[in-house]
Amino acid sequence: MVNTPQQQRELRSKLGRVRGLGSTREGVHHWWAQRMSTVALIPLSLWFVYSLITLTGSDYEHVRAWAEHFGNAVLLVLLIVTMFHHAQLGLQVVIEDYAHSEVWKMGLLLFVKYGAVLFAASAIFAVLKLSLAG
Amino acid sequence: MADPTRPLSPHLTVYRPQVTSVLSITHRATGVFLAFAAVLFTYWLVSAAYGPEAFGRAQALLESWFGRLVLFGFTFSLFYHLLNGIRHLGWDVLWGFEMPTLRATGVLVVIASLAMTVTSWLMAYGHVGKL
Repeated sequence: MVNTPQQQRELRSKLGRVRGLGSTREGVHHWWAQRMSTVALIPLSLWFVYSLITLTGSDYEHVRAWAEHFGNAVLLVLLIVTMFHHAQLGLQVVIEDYAHSEVWKMGLLLFVKYGAVLFAASAIFAVLKLSLAG
Repeated sequence: MADPTRPLSPHLTVYRPQVTSVLSITHRATGVFLAFAAVLFTYWLVSAAYGPEAFGRAQALLESWFGRLVLFGFTFSLFYHLLNGIRHLGWDVLWGFEMPTLRATGVLVVIASLAMTVTSWLMAYGHVGKL
């Protein structure tokens, strides 16, 4: 194959171009995941705000009974998973934009990504404990 | 390695603030703020799972004037981020890019999120009969 000047300047392989994943090797995956979680969070967060309004002034037993309810427990788990997924995707972009040193960037990304999993796991376990223990 | 002395993107300080840019950075700021709300929400759930005493401490913290102030901020952040997020979804399907539409939807988002925040708190106080 003859290397024209045009081809010599193109450092990306032809396979790489066809796959269309770009320099970060993940294509539109991050963008798409952010949008999918956004759509799910619209009804979930509105349900959550409404629930908190109706729970205002409630005692422990009342809140517990609310969390024990099958539908509420399922929606809580869905909210927790989607919310923390969405949060870590968004925080990742903020960190990548503003943390200019590689050490800071990697440190903060690890903190946010692992933190999101830790808090999500704790919140889900709390919902399961509330809804299954009784 | 990039020359560390050259200006790095995004260099926000060189631009005059506009409705569009202020709403955009507010979307980010509320998003970051809501991540703290998610952590507080987890603490609240875990305290409920621990039992009545831990839950009572969490409730006392949230019911204090400072707790209410933070929760009010979280409520506004949630509604703003939610409504502006819908605006973002509109842009993703190429709707609303014209400057007059962009400004109008921006102002609408701010007014609607303030209205929804105040309505939610009035409903909550009404729910416990303190209105």
